[in-house]
Amino acid sequence: MAEHKYLMFLGCAIPYRVAAYEISARKVLQRLGVEIVEMPEFNCCGLPLDPVSHETMLILAARNLAIAEKEGLDIVALCPGCAGTLKKVSKMLKDDKHMREEINGRLKEAGLEFKGTVTAKHLLQVLVEDIGLEKIKETVVRPLTNVKVAEHNGCHILRPKEYIGFDDPEDPKTLKTLIEATGATCLDYLDEIECCGAPSVGVNDKVALQLARDKLNHIKTVDAQAMITICPFCHIMYDTNELRIEKMFNEVYGIPILHYPQLLGLAMGMTPEELAFNELRVDCKKILGQICEGGK
Amino acid sequence: MTETVEKPIKASEIDIKFKYEISKMHGGEQLMRCFQCGTCTSDCPVARFSETYRPRQIIRMAQLGLRDRVLNSETLWLCAACFTCTDRCPQDVEVASVIRVLRNLAAEKGIVPQVFKEEASSILESGYAYRIPELRLKKRETLGLPPLPKGNPGSIGKTLREVHFFKCVEKKG
Repeated sequence: MAEHKYLMFLGCAIPYRVAAYEISARKVLQRLGVEIVEMPEFNCCGLPLDPVSHETMLILAARNLAIAEKEGLDIVALCPGCAGTLKKVSKMLKDDKHMREEINGRLKEAGLEFKGTVTAKHLLQVLVEDIGLEKIKETVVRPLTNVKVAEHNGCHILRPKEYIGFDDPEDPKTLKTLIEATGATCLDYLDEIECCGAPSVGVNDKVALQLARDKLNHIKTVDAQAMITICPFCHIMYDTNELRIEKMFNEVYGIPILHYPQLLGLAMGMTPEELAFNELRVDCKKILGQICEGGK
Repeated sequence: MTETVEKPIKASEIDIKFKYEISKMHGGEQLMRCFQCGTCTSDCPVARFSETYRPRQIIRMAQLGLRDRVLNSETLWLCAACFTCTDRCPQDVEVASVIRVLRNLAAEKGIVPQVFKEEASSILESGYAYRIPELRLKKRETLGLPPLPKGNPGSIGKTLREVHFFKCVEKKG
């Protein structure tokens, strides 16, 4: 049996439209000797409905945790929103007996119960806490020397700190360290911890796109060759919308937006094809040409 | 928020119990600690680009008891839930959570933006917040991905049966 074994919590955005993240994450986890079990009958983590019904969010998240308990395995989530919600609800239900009893009353209808015996972690946390930097560095066969990128953590991997308890929300270092483990340089830039704006899409697109543009401007200023994300929503915000932002604000970026496991996979010697680079919208030829022979 | 502050406040609009109602809800407990320093608004990424969204103003309106103004305000739905305000509030007010409490109260009044209705009905149907097209599910195989786990709408429906919000969603179809 593998030393590390997790239930894969995909959430909704990733199977809906962010395949490259899932493909590359599975490949690098496999290379690191992690065993992945598909999580049966899971549902949306609950976060999308928190604005309209906190109670619904609690029940949906608790149902997922209860399923994981039945399977007897900890969860790895690729989406920080999912990971954060599952963590937060787990802590809330453990700390508040009254709330736990109320939610368990609802879960009982479906033959489930939350006991608080499993943990949920984001991919980043699994990589750095469970697998460890040393082991990751050992798998690097093609160090990405001379590659200069910028990181984008996004919000829910860090905040609210009281519930998430991971890294320093004001000065996060984990993603930087993981990027540097590939041999690449991670550049500092202005307002690194700023939100991508994705949650405002659909409510006020202009505000959302202005936020994304702001970040792309800061990254362009430091000449980053790519932006590295760890969240499906942040990735959609920059990769899917980059062209739209360029047109709307009369800017030129051409900055590729890579999922972190794609960057790590390249360093592990995998091909862009294996890592589903063709699924990305922004052209990556230049950076791939520098890393891989003939860009392949 | 301009549309809500331009009109003078009338004493008859004020519901002094509103703040207690909010303080009883999870995340709203510290509402009365806010002394209007403005850290939330000055650190808010949305406020930088929106001319109307000001978290400090929403909190003050809630404290004053301007129930209808705040619950009917469109700007309430602009918060991106980045939680910067919550983390930085020197008074430990969970600003983003107070705003979520207010949104929940607005939803109870029937004010629910379309996107949430769609996500709710999709979750009841499939477990997923988005309707994942058949083509996507089939494409997984060609991409070398395992089949997407099927949701269990029956089980989800049972757990949500008594939730007020879902009763409303179902009633309105």
